[in-house]
Amino acid sequence: MEDAATRDQSSWFQATARQRVAGLLDPNSFTEFLGPSERVQSPHLHLFDLPSAFDDGVVIGRGKLVGAAVLVAAQEGQFMGGTFGEVSGAKIVGLLRAARDHKDLPQTVLLLLDSGGVRLQEANAGELAVAELMRAIVQARSAGVAVIALVGGKSGAFGGAGLTAATCSRIAISEQGRIGVSGPEVIETNKGVEEFDSKNKALVWSTDGGKNRRLIGGADAFTEDSMEGFRAAAEALLARVPNFDLKTMQAEQERLAARHNRLGACDDAVSMWRLLGIKDPEAVRDMDSKDFTALANSIKEANHDAR
Amino acid sequence: MLTLRFSHTAKNRLSGKKDKAIIGVVASGNLEVLLERVLPGAECEVDIATPVRGYDETWKAVVAEFVERSSPGGLRISINDGGARPDMVYLRLMQGCALMEAE
Repeated sequence: MEDAATRDQSSWFQATARQRVAGLLDPNSFTEFLGPSERVQSPHLHLFDLPSAFDDGVVIGRGKLVGAAVLVAAQEGQFMGGTFGEVSGAKIVGLLRAARDHKDLPQTVLLLLDSGGVRLQEANAGELAVAELMRAIVQARSAGVAVIALVGGKSGAFGGAGLTAATCSRIAISEQGRIGVSGPEVIETNKGVEEFDSKNKALVWSTDGGKNRRLIGGADAFTEDSMEGFRAAAEALLARVPNFDLKTMQAEQERLAARHNRLGACDDAVSMWRLLGIKDPEAVRDMDSKDFTALANSIKEANHDAR
Repeated sequence: MLTLRFSHTAKNRLSGKKDKAIIGVVASGNLEVLLERVLPGAECEVDIATPVRGYDETWKAVVAEFVERSSPGGLRISINDGGARPDMVYLRLMQGCALMEAE
């Protein structure tokens, strides 16, 4: 049987959404909302002769992170690629709206993203869910709620999940985590293999993966792939959540414009890393977490007050 | 979607106090098993939803073997299948029972 130490060291990448929630939060602190027994599941999938999940692939609830009360939503990346459907999207939207409207609820929301984006079988409802979610995040942040994205699952955070991550207060990512809008297969299908070879894992991860996202300021914390790593990263990020106001928005706009000016002409990650002032950019891929974290903390683009 | 229901009377009521548990994920070659302690006495019901047709007899045999070995009396077991093989089905059912029996 697993004990606390094994659980803390176990892989976030390999875990299910429920295992991540259990590994992230304080032991026995989690209370689920709309759990599997309630059978709040997709009304659409059976039309395609596809199996449903009792929780529609999203676990939501409340618990404690190192003693602090938090709300949490976790996508199950193994079920339909963690996609946003009508129900799975509405569960996350509802959680954020509850945080926005009820000050007696925890004013921190942790989003454990693991998603390829919109569920194509529920396309319109899924697109709407992503739009509603981004709006709900912005409204919650305006009301003083901290929304932290944790990205390290097999499906990454692509499509609507990539957009969702970009609207959060802070983002933590592991080396295995990926953030993007069009996923590697989508780019290859539309633009050709010469543009982006989705089977080239080194290329995919150096572009969309955690190290690049951290170095160019697309994520605010880098963690090793473990429960304890994400737990520590989430706790550290909560201590430096930016205010959601005009000043932050302007800083974010300036940050992105400056990044585009500086790195926009690069055609791969290594050339971006070189421009960022990293002496041996080829060595970044093989760096361990400790060395990489120290490097990232020394890079100006990676550390900012915006978002 | 094919739905199957098997009703058994187990030898005993399953020990433990947990009223529900879930194990597994609906993914290729995998399945999720939801266990709820809602039935009287040693009754056991297993409801299965699977997109894969033609394996009714295999499901029947796996469930019968599981009930015989684990004696899951009092449980309503609901399965969403993603095309799991019989060994995976059996493993998840056993894991589910272990969760229900845990302190």
